[in-house]
Amino acid sequence: MADMLRWIGQAVIYAGMALWLGYFANRPVYTHLPPEQALIKLSVVHGAQRKGECRKRTQEELDAMNPNMRTPLDCPRERLPIAIRILLDGEVIYDESATAAGLARGGTTRVYERFAVASGRHELVARMVDSARTEGYDFERAATIELSPGENFVIDFRAESGGFLFDGKSVTYRPQG
Amino acid sequence: MSYVKRVLRMAFSWLEAGLDRIFTPACNPLYHLGALGFLYYWVVAATGIYLFIFFDTGITEAYGSIDSITYDQWYLGGVMRSLHRYASDGMVAMMIVHMLREFSLDRYRGARWFTWFTGLPVLWMVFAAGISGYWMVWDMLAQYIAIATTEWLDWLPVVGGTIARNFLNPDRLDDRFFTLMVFMHIFVPLFLLFVLWIHLQRLTHPVINPPRLLAGGTLLMLLVLSVAKPAESQPPANLDLVPSQIGLDWFYLPAYPLMDMLGNGMVWGLVAFGTLLFVVLPWLPPLRRAAGKAAVVDLANCNGCTRCAEDCPYAAIEMGRRTDGRPFDRQAVVSAELCVACGICAGACPTAMPFRRASELIPGIDLPETPIRELRDRVHDAAQGLTGDTRIMVFGCEHGYDATRLTGPRVAALRIPCIGMLPPAFIDYVLSRHLAEGVVLAGCSEGECHNRHGVRWTVDRLARARDPMLRKRVPRERIETVWTPLAEGWTHRRRIADFAARLRRLATEEADGTPGEAAE
Repeated sequence: MADMLRWIGQAVIYAGMALWLGYFANRPVYTHLPPEQALIKLSVVHGAQRKGECRKRTQEELDAMNPNMRTPLDCPRERLPIAIRILLDGEVIYDESATAAGLARGGTTRVYERFAVASGRHELVARMVDSARTEGYDFERAATIELSPGENFVIDFRAESGGFLFDGKSVTYRPQG
Repeated sequence: MSYVKRVLRMAFSWLEAGLDRIFTPACNPLYHLGALGFLYYWVVAATGIYLFIFFDTGITEAYGSIDSITYDQWYLGGVMRSLHRYASDGMVAMMIVHMLREFSLDRYRGARWFTWFTGLPVLWMVFAAGISGYWMVWDMLAQYIAIATTEWLDWLPVVGGTIARNFLNPDRLDDRFFTLMVFMHIFVPLFLLFVLWIHLQRLTHPVINPPRLLAGGTLLMLLVLSVAKPAESQPPANLDLVPSQIGLDWFYLPAYPLMDMLGNGMVWGLVAFGTLLFVVLPWLPPLRRAAGKAAVVDLANCNGCTRCAEDCPYAAIEMGRRTDGRPFDRQAVVSAELCVACGICAGACPTAMPFRRASELIPGIDLPETPIRELRDRVHDAAQGLTGDTRIMVFGCEHGYDATRLTGPRVAALRIPCIGMLPPAFIDYVLSRHLAEGVVLAGCSEGECHNRHGVRWTVDRLARARDPMLRKRVPRERIETVWTPLAEGWTHRRRIADFAARLRRLATEEADGTPGEAAE
C-alpha cells in the first residue's frame, strides 16, 4: 500500500513537472503590439557633413607626406550632428539631434526608433538637417500612408537615393517643396 | 539577505522531506538537481543532432524544414523536436532551482565560491544557446526575438546601433544569418560542456548522472509531454509584419517583455546588476560564520594512507611527496583555500583512534578548532552526566537538527561539524567502555549531506564498505542512525524514544539470558 501511494505520488510530481514545462513553454501569450496598431520604424545610418570646410593642400605639404598619404584635400574629421524631425498627421512624434559615432565624432550617425501608432491612413513627413544650415532642411519627404494592423512600416534613409525612403504596403508620396 | 536565505532553506527543507517520502532519499529530485540538469543536457544534445540532419539553413528553407520535421515525421522528428524544447526548458528549471537551493544552503561562500562563480557562465551560455535555437525556426517568435535582441545589443554604444537594421525588411536578410545562428547554436552548447567540467573541478565524486529510476521517470515524463503537447512553430516570420500576440517560452525569454516595458537600457542595467550581485555574493555580508580553520596534517601520525584525500568532498587534500624523511611514499597536503573544515578527513584517518593512551591522541589530520582529542574529552564529560540503564550518546551534525535539544538525564548529545568527522572507532569506544548503552548518529538527509559525502561515507563505514570500517565486534543493534531533512527534525525525539525502548528490551533479554540480535 505504501509502495502504491509512493508510485502515485511520483506520478503526480512528474505530471506537475510536465504541466509546468508544457504550459510555460509558450503560455501565457504575450502581446507585443496591440492588434489594431502598426509600427513605424525609423532607421538612419548617415554620415553628416564635416564640421569645417575642406582645404586644398599646397604642393609643399603634399611633398612632405608619404606617397600613399597624398590626398589633395585636408578635411576636418569631425562631423556635424544630424537633426531629424518626424511628423505624423501634423504632430511631431520625433524631434532629436544625434551626434556622429567615434571618439572624434568622425563616423556615421545612427538613429533607430520605433513608434507604435494606430493603423489607418496617415500623413507622414520626415525631415533631416545634416549640415550647418539654420533654416530649412537638407532632406525632406512627405507621403500619405495607409497602415494595416500589425504592419511594419520603415522610414529608411539613403542619401544616394535622394534621402528618406518609406517602405510600406501603401505609400503615396507627395510633391516636395 | 539572510532572511531570504532562511525562508528559502525552510521551504526547500519541507519540500525535501515530502519528496523523501515519495521518491525515497536515494531518488529525491532535489538532491539531484545538477545531475538532472546534465540529463536534460544530454537529451537536448542527442535530439539536436537528429534535428540538425534535417534542418535547412535558409530564410525560407529553415521554417519549411522544421515544419517537415514536425508534421511529416511527427512520430520521430516531431517527438525529437518536442523533446529538444522541453528538455531545454527543463534544463533552465533545474539550473534555477539548483542555484536557489545552493544559495539557501550557504554553499556559495568560503571555499565553495569557485563552484558558485563558475555557475555564472553556465547560466549565460544556457540562455544564449536556447535563445539562438529559437532564432533558427524563423517563425514569428524568432522574428520577435531576433529584432528585440539586436535592438538590445544596439543599445550598447560599442556595438554601433546597426545590427537591428538587418531586420528592417525582407530584402536585407540573407542566408548567412542562419549560418551564424547554426554556428552559435552548436558552438555554445559544446563550449558549455567544457565550462561544466570546470564547474565541477573542486568537487570530488561529483554526481552527474541521476539514479536510474529518477532518470527513467524524467525521460518518460518528457516523452509523454512531447506526444501529448508537441512543440510547434508559430506562423512563419514576415518582416513586413510585426509579431503581435506571441507565445513566449517563459523559461528562456522572460527578459523580452521587460525590454518593451522598461526599455533596453534598464534591462542592461538589471542584467549588469544581477551579474555583479551573483559574482560578489560569496563575499557580501553577513560574512560566513568562522568556518573554522583548515585541517592540519601531523606528519608524525600521517602514514600517507590516502583515505583523507579520497574522502574529502572538496578536493582540498592532495597526496604530496614525503618531506619528513619517514619511510612512507607520500603525505597528505591540505589546501587551506579549499578546506571548509568539515572534518571528514579526520573521520577517515586511521590514527584518529580514541583508544590511544600510550601517546597523545593526535591524528594524522585534524581540525585545529575541533580536534579529535577534544571530542574524546567531550564524550567523557557528556557520559558523566548520564544516568539510568539506557544511556544514549548522540553525535549530531551541525547542519542538521540541533541534537543538543535532545539532551536529558539519559541522553547526551554532541555536535560536530559533519557526521563524517566521527571516526567509527568512537562508536566502539563509547560502547566498549560502557560510556552509554547506545549510540545515535544524526545527520542530514541520507540523499543529501551538507558537506556532500559525510552521510554517505558514514553509512559505508558502518556497513564495513569503506575505510575506516566499524569493527565487527561492535553490536549493531546498539547503533541508530537518523538521517532526516531539517524540516523533519521533530522525528528525532520519537526515534530516540524508540531506540531507548529497543535498548531496554535488549537489556531485559540479556538479563534473562535469551539471545537478542547477536553481535558479531
